[in-house]
Amino acid sequence: MTKYVVKRVLLAIVTMFLICLITFFAMNAIPGGPFNGEKAKSPAIMKVLNERYNLDKPVIVQFGYYMKNLLHGDFGVSLKTGRDIRQTINESFVVSARIGAWAMLIAIIVGIVLGSIAALMRNKWPDRVIVFFATLATAMPSFVLASLLLLLFCIKLKWIPVWNSTNHNYILPVLSLSLYPMAYITRLTKTSMLDVLGQDYIRTARAKGVAAWKVIFKHGLRNALIPVITYVGPMTASILTGSLVIEKIFTIGGLGSKFVDCITNRDYTMIMGTTIFLATLMVVMNLLSDLVYKLVDPRIKLE
Amino acid sequence: MATENNVNDLPLPKKNPLSLQIDLSKFEKASEEEKKQQEVMSESTTFFKDGMRKLMKNPLAVGSIIILILIILMMIVTPHIVPYGYAQIITVNGQRDGGAKNLAPFTYSKMEQAYIAQGGKVFPHIMGTDELSRDYFVRVVYGTRVSFMVGVFASLIVLIIGVFYGSISGYAGGKIDMIMMRIVDIIYSLPDLLVIILLAVVFKETLDFSKVPVLQKLGANMISMFLVFGLLYWVGMARLVRGQILTIKENEYVLAARAIGAKPGRIIWRHILPNCISIIIISTALEIPAAIFTESYLSFIGLGVALPMPSLGSLASDARSGLQSYPLKLVFPAIMIVLIVLAFNLLGDGLRDAFDPKLRK
Repeated sequence: MTKYVVKRVLLAIVTMFLICLITFFAMNAIPGGPFNGEKAKSPAIMKVLNERYNLDKPVIVQFGYYMKNLLHGDFGVSLKTGRDIRQTINESFVVSARIGAWAMLIAIIVGIVLGSIAALMRNKWPDRVIVFFATLATAMPSFVLASLLLLLFCIKLKWIPVWNSTNHNYILPVLSLSLYPMAYITRLTKTSMLDVLGQDYIRTARAKGVAAWKVIFKHGLRNALIPVITYVGPMTASILTGSLVIEKIFTIGGLGSKFVDCITNRDYTMIMGTTIFLATLMVVMNLLSDLVYKLVDPRIKLE
Repeated sequence: MATENNVNDLPLPKKNPLSLQIDLSKFEKASEEEKKQQEVMSESTTFFKDGMRKLMKNPLAVGSIIILILIILMMIVTPHIVPYGYAQIITVNGQRDGGAKNLAPFTYSKMEQAYIAQGGKVFPHIMGTDELSRDYFVRVVYGTRVSFMVGVFASLIVLIIGVFYGSISGYAGGKIDMIMMRIVDIIYSLPDLLVIILLAVVFKETLDFSKVPVLQKLGANMISMFLVFGLLYWVGMARLVRGQILTIKENEYVLAARAIGAKPGRIIWRHILPNCISIIIISTALEIPAAIFTESYLSFIGLGVALPMPSLGSLASDARSGLQSYPLKLVFPAIMIVLIVLAFNLLGDGLRDAFDPKLRK
C-alpha cells in the first residue's frame, strides 16, 4: 500500500516538473523577448533590463530561477498589465472555484440519483428516458449548451438576468458546466449498480430478510460508488476546461476567461503562470482520487 | 433363455427401489421427422459476418450509419450544387452585395431581389448569410467537412502510433515493457487540453508555412493540433493494445510460430493483431467524436483553423454576437456537431455490443 502511494506521488511530482519544463521552454521558443514589443529602447537600457531579469543567461539557468521562484510561490509579473500574477490568479479563481465546486456537487449528487433509479427500474420507462438524456448530453459540447441556455433564458424569456459584477446568478453557468459530468456519472453509476446488485452478497442479504432499502443503500450503493471515485480526477479536468468556454459565454470574470484572454493577447508570463496553476490543480485531484480509490476499495487491502 | 435378440422380451430383473432402471417397453420409438426437429444448427459464419449481423439488428447503430452516410453525401455533393464559396462574399451580377448581411433563411437582399425582378436566377440561401455576407449553408457544410476530416485523421494518427507502440511494448515484455509503460503513465497524467493550448500558441508563432500553400490554408493551429494528437492521445490505444497482446501472446500458435523461426514483426502482424482488430476498431470509432469535440472546442476559443476557413466551433463562436437578432446562426452548427458526435457515439456503442469478445454471450 505505501509502495503504491509513494509511486503515485512520485509520478505526480514528475508530471508537474514536466509541465513546468514544457511550459517554460514553449514560451521561450517564441521569438521576440518581453521587451522587444514596444518602442525601441537604447542598447544600454536593454542591457540593464536583460541583466535585471536574468534574460542574458542561458535558458537552463533562467529555468532554474523560474523554478526557484515558483517553489516560493512567486509566479512573476504579467507582461501586459504588469500586475503580480499570483494576485490576479487568487482574485479571479474565487469565482471559478465556486462555480466549479457547485457544478461538481450537482453532477455527483444528481448523477448518482439518476443512475441508481435507472439501474433499479431497468428497462422500464424511467430507465429509457434517463439513458436517452444521458446519451444526448454526452454528445453536446458544453459551449453549445451554454449558448443555447443563454439564448433561451436570458435573452428570449428574460427569466434569469445576465451575469454582471453586481448580480451573480449561478444557475446557468453551473447547469451548463455540470451537464456532461452528470451524464457520465449517471451512466457509470447505472452500470456499476447493475453489476453490484447481481452479486452473491446482495442475494444473501435479501435472503436474510434485510429490508429492501437497506440492501440498496447500505450494501449496494456503497460498493457501486467506487468507480465514481475514480472519475473525480477526469471530472476535475473536464470542469476546468469547460469553465474556459462557459466563462467566456456568460462573461464571468473568472480565471478561465482570463486564461482565454491572455492566450489571444499573447501574454506569455500569464499563460505560463495560469497553465501551471491549473495543471497543479488537475494533477492533485487525480492523485487524490487515485489514493482514495485504493483506500476505499476493500479488495485491495488484502494485498 | 431368450432365443430372440429383442431386449424387450428378456425378463427384467427385480427393480431395486434406488436404481434408475428404465422399463424400455413403456417407450415409443421416435420417427425420423421428430429426430430432425431436435437438430438446431445455425449456419456457419465468420466472426466478422456474425458481428455485422448483430450490428445491423441494432436500430440505433443502423440509424447512426444512415445519418453519417447522409452527412457525408451532403459534404461531397453540396459544393457542386450550391454556387457559393465558403469565403465568397455574395456578388450579384458581378457587383459586391453589401446589403446581404445576416439574411434569414430563404430571403433575399435588396440587390438580389432587384436582380430576380430583372429575370436573373439567384440560388436561395438555405441558411441565410452571416455578418460578412457569405452564404451560411456553404460555410456550415465546409465547417462540417473540416471537423470530420480532423476527427478521422486525428483518430488515424492515434491508431497508427498507439498500435505500433502498444504491440512493441506488449510483445517485448520485461524491462522494455516496463520503461515504455512508465513513459505512457507520465504522458497519460499530463493535462491534455492545457498542453494543446500551449503548443497551439507556440506553433502559431514559430511555424512558417508560406512555402506550402495547402498547410497554410489549414493554419498552424490545425497542424499543431495534429502534432499534439500524435504526441498525446495515442496512450489510451497503446494501453489497450498492450493488454490484448499480453493475453494473446500466451497462445500455442504464437509459440509454434516462434519455434518455426518467424520474425517477431511477422508474428505480430499476422497472428496477434488480427485478434485485436475488434478492440482497435471500437476504440477508433469512439476516438473520432472525442477528436471532433476537441477541435470544435479549440475553434471556439479561437485556436482552431485559420480564417476564413470555417469550423463548426468557430461558427458557433461567431454566432454568439448576433444571438438576439438571428438565433438560428448558433443552432445550425450546434445541431451539426451534436448529430455527428451522437452518431459516432451510438455507432461505437453498437460496434462494441456486436464485436467485443468480452461481451459475447
